[in-house]
Amino acid sequence: MTIEARSIGFRYGDQPVLKDVSFTLTSGRFHALLGPNGAGKSTLFGLTTRLLALQQGDLILAGRSLKKHPTEAMSQLGVVFQQNALDLDLTVRQNLHYHAALHGMSGRVARSRSHRELERFGLLDRADAPVRQLNGGHRRRVEIARALLHQPTILLLDEATAGLDIASRNALNHHVRSLCDQDGLTVLWATHLIEEVHNEDRVLILHRGQLLADADGYQLCSDQGNRDLATTFHTLTGAG
Amino acid sequence: MISPSHYWHGFVGVQTREWLRFWQQRTRFASALVRPLLWLVVFAAGFRAVLGISIIPPYDTYITYENYIAPGLCGMIILFNSMQGALSMVYDRELGSMRVLLTSPLPRPFLLVTKLLAMGGVSVAQVYLFLALALLVDVEPPNWGYLAVLPALILTSLMLGALGLLIATWVKQLENFAGVMNFVIFPMFFLSSALYPLWRMNEASPWLYWICQFNPFTHAVEAIRFSLYLSWNSQAFGITAGTTLVLALLATASFRPQRTRILGKDSA
Repeated sequence: MTIEARSIGFRYGDQPVLKDVSFTLTSGRFHALLGPNGAGKSTLFGLTTRLLALQQGDLILAGRSLKKHPTEAMSQLGVVFQQNALDLDLTVRQNLHYHAALHGMSGRVARSRSHRELERFGLLDRADAPVRQLNGGHRRRVEIARALLHQPTILLLDEATAGLDIASRNALNHHVRSLCDQDGLTVLWATHLIEEVHNEDRVLILHRGQLLADADGYQLCSDQGNRDLATTFHTLTGAG
Repeated sequence: MISPSHYWHGFVGVQTREWLRFWQQRTRFASALVRPLLWLVVFAAGFRAVLGISIIPPYDTYITYENYIAPGLCGMIILFNSMQGALSMVYDRELGSMRVLLTSPLPRPFLLVTKLLAMGGVSVAQVYLFLALALLVDVEPPNWGYLAVLPALILTSLMLGALGLLIATWVKQLENFAGVMNFVIFPMFFLSSALYPLWRMNEASPWLYWICQFNPFTHAVEAIRFSLYLSWNSQAFGITAGTTLVLALLATASFRPQRTRILGKDSA
C-alpha cells in the first residue's frame, strides 16, 4: 500500500512549480521528502491531498488513481498539515470525533478508536481539554492521532515539526518512525530540516520542482562520495 | 463508492461541530444580536413617527414600524452571519477545519453545502432568539408563524452563505470583512424591502425601486415576512429558491482551495 507519482507537473500561472515528478514509495517505510523552501514540497502535498487539482500526471494512492477514484484514494490517506488544523475551541476528543464523522464512522466506532489512539499517544488524560490549552508538541500528537483514526495505510506529514522545540521535534520524529514498524504504515515526511532525516531512510530530494534524487540515504551519500546526508544534500541542491 | 451512512455521519459531524462551536462561543453569538436589537428598539422608535405603513400584504391591519422591520432584521442577522461565516471558511478562523473537511473522502459539493447549512443553522437559532426578544417591543407574529418561517430562514441562510463563498473565492480585494460590509452587505440590506416597503421606494425613486426588485435579498426578506405571518408568497419563495440553487451551484463548482488561503500562505 503506497504512493506512486506518475509524471506530476504543476504550474501557478506561467510559473512551473513541479516538473515531471515521478516516484514510487515502498510500503511500510519511512520516506523523507527533502527540499529547501520553495522546492515544491507543499505543492506536491497539496496535490496528494486534493487541495490542489492535478494538472499533469496522476497519483496512485494504495492502488487507486486520485484522478479516477478520488474517494477511494483519499480514504487510504492520513494527513498532518504544516499549519494547525485543529479546532482550538473544541476538546481533543471532539476534534477526533469530527474527523471520524467525516470518514463515515458511527459514534460508537469513533469513541472506541479515539480512545485507542489517545491511549497510544499518551493523551487520554487530556482528552477532554480544549486544544487551546495544549502545548505545540501535544497538539502535533493530537493531529497524528487524528490522522490515523480512520486506519489509513499512508501517512503524509508536511513540515510536521514546524514551531516545535528540538526535544519535541525529536520525540515526534521518533514516534512517527515507530508507526512504520508497529502499523506497517507508509510515511512521507516532508521537511527542509536535514537533521530530521536518517541515513537508513528512503530520501527524495526535491529542488526547484524537480526530483533530484530518490534512493536510500546511505546510497545517496555513497553515490555522491560524501560521508553524511547534509553534505550530499548541499552538493545536490547547492543550498548552503 | 460512498455509502449513505457515510454521508449521514459526515453531515451529522459537521452540524455537531458547528453547534459545539456555537456553545463554546455563545457570548460572541449573543453579542451579535446587539446590532439588530438596536435597529429594532432605537431606529424603529425614531422612524415610526416619520414613516407610515399602510395596510399591505401579508398584514391585514395597520402595524407598527417595529412589526414591519422585524422580518428584515431577521434577514439582516442571517446576512451578516452568512457573509462572515463564508469568509472565515476561506480566509481566517476556519482554515484548519476547512483543510480537514476538504481532505475527507466525501465529495466537495456535499461538504460545502453541508458546511453552509451548518452555519445557517446557527444563524437561524440567533434569529429565533431575536424574535423572542422582539416580543418585548410587541412584535408578536402568530404562534404557528415561528414554525412556518423556518424553511424561509434556512433557504435565506443557504443563499447568502453560497453568495459569501462565491465572493470569497473570487474577489481577493474583499478579503476583509469591512470591505464586504461596504460593497455587499450594506447595499443588499438598504436596497431591499427590509426597512421600507417597496411602494415607498417607488414613490421616491423608480430606478431605486427596480434595483430593489432585482436584489435577491428583497425576496428573501419577503419570504420571511410572509411565512412569519402564515401567508404564502410564491414569487418571493421562487426567486429565493432559484437564486439559492444558482449561487450554490456556482459556489461549489468554482470553489478552488488554491484561490483561498486554505492551502497555506507559502504553498510552493
